[in-house]
Amino acid sequence: MFLSEILGLLEAEKVGKSEHLSVEIGCAFASDLMSDVLALASPGSLLITGLTNIQIVRTASMLDMPGVVFVRGKRPAKETVELADKMGLPIILTNKTMFETCGILYAAGIKSCFCPKRSGQ
Amino acid sequence: MSAREPLIVQREVKPLDFLAAGETASEFKELLKSLGIPTDICRRASIVTYEAEMNTVIHGGGGVMSLRLEDDAIIIVAEDQGPGIADLEKAMQEGYSTAPDFVREMGFGAGMGLPNIKKYSDKLEIDTRVGEGTTLRAYISLKGQREE
Repeated sequence: MFLSEILGLLEAEKVGKSEHLSVEIGCAFASDLMSDVLALASPGSLLITGLTNIQIVRTASMLDMPGVVFVRGKRPAKETVELADKMGLPIILTNKTMFETCGILYAAGIKSCFCPKRSGQ
Repeated sequence: MSAREPLIVQREVKPLDFLAAGETASEFKELLKSLGIPTDICRRASIVTYEAEMNTVIHGGGGVMSLRLEDDAIIIVAEDQGPGIADLEKAMQEGYSTAPDFVREMGFGAGMGLPNIKKYSDKLEIDTRVGEGTTLRAYISLKGQREE
């Protein structure tokens, strides 16, 4: 599914300059814990989070994520948008909760990242 | 690759500067990509650098990050003159953290930093002394790929 379709499904708004909305999204990872994102999210997955600080953009870029969804109507700080613009990372904002965002995208066919058992990694 | 002088890049990391934190990891990643290092290895090196950089920013009182590219491995070193790690065994456990609340509110400090560094590197050495500082060395092999 294209990021542009996700924008519509989540009744979301795009912020920043990146126009890379025709990227294909196959799976997503939702978390407010960036170390968990770094540990468990698949490269290339869509990041769904309620945090909006600049480190979210850093985390997404380390994992070559094609976009970030900020949930719960949170607006990112100026420096977050500036860094996302610099990295060509699209940010979309939705007023929906994280649960609802995940539910909508899951129902629309977006898959979960493979999440291995934590013990004995 | 043929034998050659290793490439070494060093960057200073400032304490508690959360706007700049991650710049070193981004820079190292771009550099490795530009040198034609495989994408998955660039990604692992950048995650290792990023977590180590966050630790240096949060706990180490700032320090120096370096990237060393040898024929068969990437070596990431994070060196600080901070408080040291009192209980390294505990610090290596998932979920153990001494980070303050304001760091947790940014999505870090959940006790996953060192476990993540271990997960994404092929060899990890930590030399730490309480009151003197910590040097972390993570090796990522360029020989043979592995599953992420």
